[in-house]
Amino acid sequence: MTETTRRDLLKGAAGAVVLAPGLTLIAAKAQARAPGSAASAANRFGLLIDTGKCDSGCTACVDACKTEMGLTGHDRPATDVQYIRKVNVKDPATGAAHSVPVMCQHCAKPPCVDVCPTGASMKRADGIVLVDRHICIGCRYCMMACPYKARSFAHEDQTNQREANPRGKGCVEACTLCAHRIDAGAKPACVEACAATGKAAILFGDLADPNSELSRRVAAEASTRIRADLGTGPAVRYQGI
Amino acid sequence: MKRITFRELTPMTTGWLALMGALLVVAAIAGAAVLYMEHQGHWVTGMTNQVVWGTPHVFAIFLIVAASGALNVASIGSVFGREPYQPLGRLSGLLAIALLAGGLAVLVLDLGRPDRLIVAMTHFNFKSIFAWNVILYSGFFAIVGAYLWTMMDWKMKGYYKGAAVTAFVWRLVLTTGTGSIFGFLMARDAYNSAVMAPLFIAMSFAFGLAAFILVVMGAYAGSGRPVAPELVTRMGRLLGLFCAANLYFVAVQHLTALYMADRGAVEAFILADGGIYTLLFWGVQVALGGLVPMAILFSKNATRCTVRFAAILVMIGGFAQVYVILIGGQAFPLNLFPGMEVSSSFQDGVVGTYAPSLPEVLLGIGGFAVAGLITLVGATFLRILPDSLAAD
Ligand code: SF4
Ligand code: SF4
Repeated sequence: MTETTRRDLLKGAAGAVVLAPGLTLIAAKAQARAPGSAASAANRFGLLIDTGKCDSGCTACVDACKTEMGLTGHDRPATDVQYIRKVNVKDPATGAAHSVPVMCQHCAKPPCVDVCPTGASMKRADGIVLVDRHICIGCRYCMMACPYKARSFAHEDQTNQREANPRGKGCVEACTLCAHRIDAGAKPACVEACAATGKAAILFGDLADPNSELSRRVAAEASTRIRADLGTGPAVRYQGI
Repeated sequence: MKRITFRELTPMTTGWLALMGALLVVAAIAGAAVLYMEHQGHWVTGMTNQVVWGTPHVFAIFLIVAASGALNVASIGSVFGREPYQPLGRLSGLLAIALLAGGLAVLVLDLGRPDRLIVAMTHFNFKSIFAWNVILYSGFFAIVGAYLWTMMDWKMKGYYKGAAVTAFVWRLVLTTGTGSIFGFLMARDAYNSAVMAPLFIAMSFAFGLAAFILVVMGAYAGSGRPVAPELVTRMGRLLGLFCAANLYFVAVQHLTALYMADRGAVEAFILADGGIYTLLFWGVQVALGGLVPMAILFSKNATRCTVRFAAILVMIGGFAQVYVILIGGQAFPLNLFPGMEVSSSFQDGVVGTYAPSLPEVLLGIGGFAVAGLITLVGATFLRILPDSLAAD
């Protein structure tokens, strides 16, 4: 859907240098996007989650997400919307247990985008996977296809909507990596909330920028991706699982 | 070859009115169920964030699969030149169109946003099997419609063979497409297998012929026209063969999965300890819908009555089969952390609970009513049914 065209690049030309026709160099910085400019393929936003720092009783990220995105529950766990959840993982052989926050992994090769009949599921140039709720027909094929169970269906009328996250009964939704905040130069709500507890278990950054803290850490330290074997290429990495 | 006279059903008889009335009422009730579900939202159904496709999809897939199978009788007559089947070609084409329309109606009316159907028709993501299916289904209507025309209009006779072959190939592709909706889902352990496509083709042969046999027998009994018992038992034997093919692919489906270590858990769930799904699999799908009808249909004493009974069993077994594939496959939890014990507030690691709700079932039955209405109206206004299927 959102392709970065040359015109878009020229429009938001701050930091972009045209080397030759068709060849553009963009200074890769996680900074606020100029209004009207398209997401840039020079970015690949992602997360690094250190489960060693994550406390099983803590739900700061989950709560912050609900507030930020205006998600109200109806006390119906099977149908209530969840963008991020804490999964308790225990190794039956050793007894080692972790609490793992799981949200949309913003896959490089997202199965949800492949299967969506209308193109409502789409990947922005910067790798953020979103649902265009104007053309989602609510077929739920993307929910069948997502290996991370990251998506929810709006099973009822929505109230308490936030401007940044318009929602509608009958459409599918998921974590947007707080694209609205990223576009404004801020970090996702869960990342901020986690840092505010003092644990700072979630690091946000730009994987395409070799100088970002995220890139430097994943280059130097061991990290894994959930179900890396499936080849979806998640932008969310984990340590300690 | 003897001359066949085709004649419309006589409308406005008591039986015709009763059937038409009943079908309209069932369709209207389904419409009310849709309004209720769409107004409330899907939380009033049994579907959840884990089991995202429910009973409407079971009905829809059953009908769509049966639709392509219903066309077999026409193909056997025209593509493979089997004379006894030729008089039934028209009904075969009409029923195929009717079943597909019924199935698609259910599928569309269960969308979260059925009002956006036009979006689905104008925005295509060509990587999506679903989008391909939209094209395959539209094409099926057009091709089978043209095929019917070549059967019914002698001026079009020259195109008959070509249309027949095109329709036959198209229906194979269409069922491959339907099976591939599941075949390419790597997210869920029960699916993601190339066997899904041939399995769905075998299923379509069996369900489609069973539906066809029931419609022929019903229509001829209802309109007081004769049918040769040999024709019925002949179709019965063919149905027995299709049941065997279906069971064969079911065996392949599960044996190949059992061979893969990481599929062990989901196979154990379906085959051994899945509760309702295991019961439906062995009891209804395999025994009642496969082995029992085969025993009946291959028996030397098969009669019209026993063939009809067997066809009903095949339909019930087929329904169970789609239910086990669809609902059973989704109820089994996703495997985010292989080898680990998991739990969460989002039903990670637990078998999804799903119970069909009344509105879902009513919507599904409405799909059958739509198929029935199209068949009835078609056979009333067009020369679909031969005057007699007696052996002469
Ligand atoms: S985690 Fe699921 S919803 Fe998110 S991009 Fe990957 S497949 Fe799509
Ligand atoms: S539910 Fe919406 S986003 Fe998901 S596959 Fe269907 S149309 Fe696409």
